[in-house]
Amino acid sequence: MYGFEALTFNIHGGYLEAIVRGYRSGLLTAADYNNLCQCETLDDIKMHLTATEYGPYLQNEPSPLHTTTIVEKCTLKLVDEYKHMLCQATEPLSTFLEYITYGHMIDNVVLIVTGTLHERDVQELLEKCHPLGMFDSIATLAVAQNMRELYRLVLVDTPLAPYFSECITSEDLDDMNIEIMRNTLYKAYLEDFYQFCQKLGGATAEIMSDLLAFEADRRAVNISINSIGTELTRDDRKKLYSNFGLLYPYGHEELAVCEDMDQVRGVMEKYPPYQPIFAKLSYGESQTLDKAFYEEEVKRLCLAFEQQLNLLYDFTDDGMVGFVFELQFHYAVFFAYMRLKEQEIRNLMWVSECVAQNQKSRVHDSVVFIF
Amino acid sequence: MSASAIVVGASSSWSRAMLQISPYTFAAIGIAIAIGVSVLGAAWGIFITGSSLIGAAVKAPRITSKNLIRSETKDDHFVHFMPKISVIFCEAVAIYGVIVAIILQTKLENVPSSQIYAPESLRAGYAIFASGIIVGFANLVCGLCVGIIGSSCALSDAQNSSLFVKILVIENLVVHLGCLE
Repeated sequence: MYGFEALTFNIHGGYLEAIVRGYRSGLLTAADYNNLCQCETLDDIKMHLTATEYGPYLQNEPSPLHTTTIVEKCTLKLVDEYKHMLCQATEPLSTFLEYITYGHMIDNVVLIVTGTLHERDVQELLEKCHPLGMFDSIATLAVAQNMRELYRLVLVDTPLAPYFSECITSEDLDDMNIEIMRNTLYKAYLEDFYQFCQKLGGATAEIMSDLLAFEADRRAVNISINSIGTELTRDDRKKLYSNFGLLYPYGHEELAVCEDMDQVRGVMEKYPPYQPIFAKLSYGESQTLDKAFYEEEVKRLCLAFEQQLNLLYDFTDDGMVGFVFELQFHYAVFFAYMRLKEQEIRNLMWVSECVAQNQKSRVHDSVVFIF
Repeated sequence: MSASAIVVGASSSWSRAMLQISPYTFAAIGIAIAIGVSVLGAAWGIFITGSSLIGAAVKAPRITSKNLIRSETKDDHFVHFMPKISVIFCEAVAIYGVIVAIILQTKLENVPSSQIYAPESLRAGYAIFASGIIVGFANLVCGLCVGIIGSSCALSDAQNSSLFVKILVIENLVVHLGCLE
């Protein structure tokens, strides 16, 4: 029954929802970022971070510190929190939490396959993998020669198996095919996640639809921009777009034929939610586009935690009774928290790199404030 | 028996069957609902609040630890206990149901068997049944409401202890008074 989730959500999800809201209050604020941006060395950064929630993870690191160590320890904190939540969760929350990590699994698979193609050492590649996306047989990915073997040897046992039906070919793996494979897998994953959230129903379905639609649209735009000037045909490009989201289906048809940045911008400006993003770009640089997308994503993720979404008014007929409570008893807070934390780690990496390379004037180019 | 049926003016067989049910039945069911359903509502409310409260308290103890280090005003101690008031309100709802059940039970008197189906005793039976249902279901809804509000209160108290608590406590009181009235 829609609207009555508050009655039974807390049986299985109440404790974990309260925990994740507690974690969210430990995210770095604008004041913390200001302090960090004014640091001179990485040791200053370490000192500031020890005063925040990252304290226990960083305080035992010996100097001299590397930026990769900082990022690694912060990611470790994210992984610990995720594992704590996962082991306490019951169905369907545990499935939901696992879905959140499949994106990282896909990235890890592509990382190892690409690295093997360029003759890198497997151990070195394993260390670079994101810890949230690890699975048992990941090291055997280095053995596969083409996609069919990849699937048969390794991936058939992983949760990614159902996503491979669209991209099994006998072609050998090379850079272009790997990118296409990555995007095809990610498309299947997003659609699967979307279907799963729709099945859950209620506030989870509504809020996750919005967040996943934004993700799908953003990937569509990135695919379009990145494939400008490559050999990817229009039909292939269209096959990589997901089948949901604001841009589906008409926006996808227009994006598929775009040949440069201005045409992309022309297409996107027809959609009111994305217009402010593209209006901010002056010369079509893709770096500011990334930052603009991240800012929009952070804004939507924070909405999942607290404020009323205006989108909710469109879905039901009988008015706005009790919607504020809907925004408490749902699973989208978990997804939002993981994404916000990843954004924070990206921010920390950027700040550390700027400080390490003495380019503090560029710090604000890419830091997205969450609060 | 048929004499009393003619006296009361029953017309169909269903209403005659209804009148044959002893008013003790109705009264007893009413009392059972008064206490049973209101305790159900209170318990439901307590688990809704309690699970959120425990999860939020994992992070919120930093409020009390800040007190130990910097000795802030007594307000913080007071504030940290606020969400537990929601649980206490739910408890009060259950107790109210128990009190009403006890009061109703004292109204159950021994009636000589010739008088059991007299209109006065039927009316008394129905009256106790009605009050039992009213109290029971009102407390069910009130307990649920206090529980949900208490859960939101616990979560927001963990984030920002100054602002939300007083507002939500007042709302708790309003809900509580509404149910009692």
